[in-house]
Amino acid sequence: MALLDVNDLRVRFETHHGTVRAVDGVSFSLDEGETLGLVGESGSGKSVTNLGIMGLVPSPPGVVEAGHVLLEGRDLVQMSDAQLRSVRGNEVSMIFQDPMTSLNPLLTVERQLTEVLELHRNMTRAEARRAAAKGLDEVGIPEPERRLEQYPHELSGGMRQRVMIAMGLLCEPKLLLADEPTTALDVTIQAQILELMKDLQERRGTAIILVTHDLGVVAGMADRVHVMYAGRLVETGPIGSLFKDPRHPYTRGLLQSVPRLTGDPDVPLSSIPGQPPDLAALPPGCSFAPRCSFVQPTCELDRPDLARLPSDEARSSACFENENLPAKADQ
Amino acid sequence: MSEAILEVRDLSKHFPMGKSGWRNSQQTWLKAVDGVSFDLHRGQTLGLVGESGCGKSTCARTIVGLYPPTSGSIRFEGNDLGSLSARGWAPYRRKIQMIFQDPFASLDPRQTVGSILTEPMAIHKLGKPRERRLRSMQLLEAVGLNPRHLYRYPHEFSGGQRQRIGIARALALEPEVIICDEPVSALDVSIQAQVINLLGELQERFNLAYLFIAHDLAVVRHICQRVAVMYLGRVVEVADRDTLFANPSHPYTRSLLSAVPDVDPEVESVRQRIVLRGDVPSPLTPPSGCTFHPRCPEREQVPGDRCSVEVPLLQGSGSGDQQRTCHLDT
Repeated sequence: MALLDVNDLRVRFETHHGTVRAVDGVSFSLDEGETLGLVGESGSGKSVTNLGIMGLVPSPPGVVEAGHVLLEGRDLVQMSDAQLRSVRGNEVSMIFQDPMTSLNPLLTVERQLTEVLELHRNMTRAEARRAAAKGLDEVGIPEPERRLEQYPHELSGGMRQRVMIAMGLLCEPKLLLADEPTTALDVTIQAQILELMKDLQERRGTAIILVTHDLGVVAGMADRVHVMYAGRLVETGPIGSLFKDPRHPYTRGLLQSVPRLTGDPDVPLSSIPGQPPDLAALPPGCSFAPRCSFVQPTCELDRPDLARLPSDEARSSACFENENLPAKADQ
Repeated sequence: MSEAILEVRDLSKHFPMGKSGWRNSQQTWLKAVDGVSFDLHRGQTLGLVGESGCGKSTCARTIVGLYPPTSGSIRFEGNDLGSLSARGWAPYRRKIQMIFQDPFASLDPRQTVGSILTEPMAIHKLGKPRERRLRSMQLLEAVGLNPRHLYRYPHEFSGGQRQRIGIARALALEPEVIICDEPVSALDVSIQAQVINLLGELQERFNLAYLFIAHDLAVVRHICQRVAVMYLGRVVEVADRDTLFANPSHPYTRSLLSAVPDVDPEVESVRQRIVLRGDVPSPLTPPSGCTFHPRCPEREQVPGDRCSVEVPLLQGSGSGDQQRTCHLDT
């Protein structure tokens, strides 16, 4: 049995501009120790998918319409708040993007770290303090004892993100949801944090869902990738083959528009024409059709479902033209 | 190479910080920019890269006159801008414009696009209202927006479109130099590529010089001819693009380049990152000697404690006009 099974998750938001289907039927599963990269641009629904798994969709305006999130067979969507609280921070934990705003500025580092331990592990203050210091040490924070006394504003951005990671890992969760964990950080600090996450995962076998817009970070971290566009998965598969030969036109466009340190810098970057869609007014057919260079008349009428590629069972893509695309993206 | 349009020499910007203690206390200074020099040539792009807090944005703001410089000179076509009053700045303001990072915060939400674009022209008394409106429509067209959107408000546009409006506003006064402060870092990848290409087209069409401030080295490589790398308020390496990316000579540049993730999983799986120890030190109490020495992975190769004592000067290294501040092999 898979560790996590997400089945037809749907989340909608009621806004002034109408109903926004932020997550529109997302299904996937995740095994122990596996890293899944969830990529897409702003508004594609990747963060809301994570919030949906954690039962943290703000309501109102958000509504989890349908779907099951099975963690080792137990459905998180059906759980009461009390049951969910015993799962969150314990079996499943989350690292947020912005280390500046996701720590409580009024509490010392110690208080923020020991809270989960006292809650989930019934530890005494002293035990929890020792465990917290050990946790900080593991994420490479020097002088953990002194850091425990400090408040978040006394720490640098990289330090705060380490504290967030330490907090997420204290109860040795089976699943870690990391939402843009390095986006607010500089590249050299990002490199440190990514190495740290890989190292901790190898030692503990934690499964990770890594939500990011940075395809380079995913390439270095993930085993499998899911690409989201306008609330739906448009392409899924193992990282190596998907990045090497993307089958969905959106994935292709995305990969080609990333500036790289290799290749001819004087050739203009290829970009995806147009703008990301308005989620409150999606076209009836494929959401990507208005920006797609392979668009056919059927694409504007019907919405393609995510279907396995005949050439590769491990991969799926939601495109009518999968088989007709040129063999390989000329990157 | 063409003449330099903007010459920055030994530019420093120090901010006074709170005094510590009650009596006889020393005024402490935050040295955000500390002796930066570079030339910007007509029609060219100079990249200014570095991590947060290295002083690149302060440098930009000092050049456009938003902060008075503490010392050093900024010469535009030979005229020193550093000592100018607000009134004295007026004729140069037309020539030096700026594009900001955040397309959501840098446009007035209560002004229509038309009024955002005509306002600079009205301030500089260019043309009649009708001509200004016509010119705004041409500007919108130049940046790839629909000229009929003149009467819309910023909130009706996406992030990428707003950044195009910011670019159109910078172009309104026909500048010769545009300071771009992280113009694409808030945008999604597919939109980022559109804006980078647009900046390139506009540069050719209007012979613009860009000072392009960014932290993303892959973006810088696509748009700049020369690149200066900053660390804690100083330029640690400057070279033409191809030299810098093929042969980085400062250990900091090398570690920055090695930390840039690539989209090829095969490259990533064999990558040897140079992971730096610790964080960037506070610019309030910069380390002695070479400010990079506490984090430098190659410090052992310099004999003695030279790195922690002697401040390295920016000097030629390797081929051509590559310069760096490092004691290695000297």
